[in-house]
Amino acid sequence: MLSIKNLQARIEEKQILKGINLDIKAGEVHAIMGPNGSGKSTLASVLAGRPEYEVTDGSVEFLGKDLLELSPEERAGEGIFLAFQYPVEIPGLTTTNFIKTAVNEVRKYRGQEPYDAVQFLKLMREKMAMVEINQSLLSRSLNEGFSGGEKKRNEIFQMAMLEPKLAILDETDSGLDIDAIRIVANGVNKLRSKDNAVLVVTHYQRLLDYIVPDFVHVLYNGRIVKSGTKELALELEERGYDFIKNEVGQEA
Amino acid sequence: MNTIETIKERYQQLQSNNGSSALTPIEQNAFNSFNTLGVPTVKHEEWKYTRISSVFNKEYAFNPENLSSNITQKDLDAIRFPGYEGANELVFVNGMYSSQLSIIRSENLTVISLEEATKNEYRELVLQHLGHSGKYIKDGLNALNTAFAAEGVFIHVKKGNIVEHPVYIYNIVDAKTNNILSQPRTLIYLAQNAQVIFAETYATIGKSESFINQVTEIVVEQDALLEYYRIQNDASHANQVNTTHIRQIGKSLVNTVTVSLDGGIVRNNLNIAMEAEHSESHFYGLYFLKGNTHVDNHTVVDNVKPHCESNELYKGVVDDSSTAVFNGKIFVQKDAQKTNAYQSNKNLLLSNDASVNTKPQLEIFADDVKCSHGCTVGQLDEEAFFYLRSRGVSEKAAKSLLIHAFAVDILEHIKPEKVRAYVDQLIAERLGVELD
Repeated sequence: MLSIKNLQARIEEKQILKGINLDIKAGEVHAIMGPNGSGKSTLASVLAGRPEYEVTDGSVEFLGKDLLELSPEERAGEGIFLAFQYPVEIPGLTTTNFIKTAVNEVRKYRGQEPYDAVQFLKLMREKMAMVEINQSLLSRSLNEGFSGGEKKRNEIFQMAMLEPKLAILDETDSGLDIDAIRIVANGVNKLRSKDNAVLVVTHYQRLLDYIVPDFVHVLYNGRIVKSGTKELALELEERGYDFIKNEVGQEA
Repeated sequence: MNTIETIKERYQQLQSNNGSSALTPIEQNAFNSFNTLGVPTVKHEEWKYTRISSVFNKEYAFNPENLSSNITQKDLDAIRFPGYEGANELVFVNGMYSSQLSIIRSENLTVISLEEATKNEYRELVLQHLGHSGKYIKDGLNALNTAFAAEGVFIHVKKGNIVEHPVYIYNIVDAKTNNILSQPRTLIYLAQNAQVIFAETYATIGKSESFINQVTEIVVEQDALLEYYRIQNDASHANQVNTTHIRQIGKSLVNTVTVSLDGGIVRNNLNIAMEAEHSESHFYGLYFLKGNTHVDNHTVVDNVKPHCESNELYKGVVDDSSTAVFNGKIFVQKDAQKTNAYQSNKNLLLSNDASVNTKPQLEIFADDVKCSHGCTVGQLDEEAFFYLRSRGVSEKAAKSLLIHAFAVDILEHIKPEKVRAYVDQLIAERLGVELD
């Protein structure tokens, strides 16, 4: 589904990704872990097309297409979804209005008829129930005055509405208590299928108790330095990132 | 003949034809002021950013009595607000009130000429309040309008009465053959406990230029409620200077929203004199400009008495080569202790060729007050823009959603549902989006 080869990217003059290689197949859950500043969020941002980042080398193929050639909205149309670490607050725009526009724009991109009001409401009710989010929250201005947990739940709700093929969760657990993490993770798990994939970017192992990964990769200093199964995450939790730094240091 | 000569000739003619009336001294004073002050140039501090003299110095016809007949029902239908079937409709053609085209449905609403009003029980009210705006707006254009005040209209809302039908005011300019100068003039009086909603708009028909020089003076008595909505969406060859001067002479509530979407040069003077304790006023403005439109909002809140509260929020979206000017003054006089006065002006600049000049001013002579003011000029939030796009929303649609979100806290203050829907539709058309 996703094939990243030697991906290198920088922001302003600072090189952050220094050659990432990663393959994700449909049905898989991958976790990217790593210490602060290792480039985890940059990788998520570059995949979603955040304009501040400049790709300096490498390639990303998504379902047979050159992802790097596509605008952020085209990537969404193709089935990429980035759940933001810091979801934006937009006073004056309700989540409902926004997500209706988004769903229909994505449908248009995919050559499908837009939903009318009735179809849209039906879909919305179904997804609201799935991710346990309240109507009243969605009628308010997007994320304005939401708690950290509400914002992340809103991200998962939008993800459910847009039905992506590859969901990228950027530090979705940051700032959440354990109950909120569980609700968010439940939402993600309900959306998993053999046809879609999830890329979880996280600093801590605890989210992975709930969204169990098939593969874990450790990102350090702009490169994936170690890959393994979910046991690797547990090892990191136990030993901290220093052992990775030491290993990498010794190899270098 | 240049416009100044045209004006002088018409003035002399009217004065000699009509003989002397109760309004003659007011008109004469104003005419003298106009002769002394002339049309303001950019050297005038209040006109620094709005070059009105260049527009005024073109040749205009100024003989509304001869020109008002060519407006048809079809012209009128094109600009009516929704819900007009149940509204009072006041139609001004080339600045003159047309009783023929107007419909008064509410019995508690009196609409007569100012001249006539001086001959009946309204005489004292008219003489007391007409021309009060001249105390605040000291320029030749205000004086010029007052010099022809007798042609204006007096609107009276009876004590204790709620005017159930909104009052829609249409200013139509017939510029099919000539450049037209028109000067609508209105004095509105809300007696005690009266309530009324006004919505006003403008339309220039024809391709010649139009210059509207309008003065609306409103007196609000105790426990009265005034709502005033003004929508400016005229042609790019239509220019206007309008003054809305509101006096709250009894404890009362005033809500105004001014929406400016299109036109040539548009100057709005809005004065609110809070002359009674515990009065409250809210005034909002939205200007959403494109092309070469120039919109200048000059507002004055004068807190004369204690315990008053005013909220002012003007927001602007400025695109293409358009220009916005905001000048907001708050005065708190010595006696006006415990005043709460808030003012804010926020601008979104969408183009490199667009410009915004914003100037908030506070002059406080009392020592126990709460006042705040602030202004911002910025661009669309990049992070929000990316957020929307990352969810599949196209650049154009994302921009529209963000602009609409920016404007919505002004729009939501347009309380009459039908007027709100009308404005929403205009904004949606501008943004190229469909409403739900």
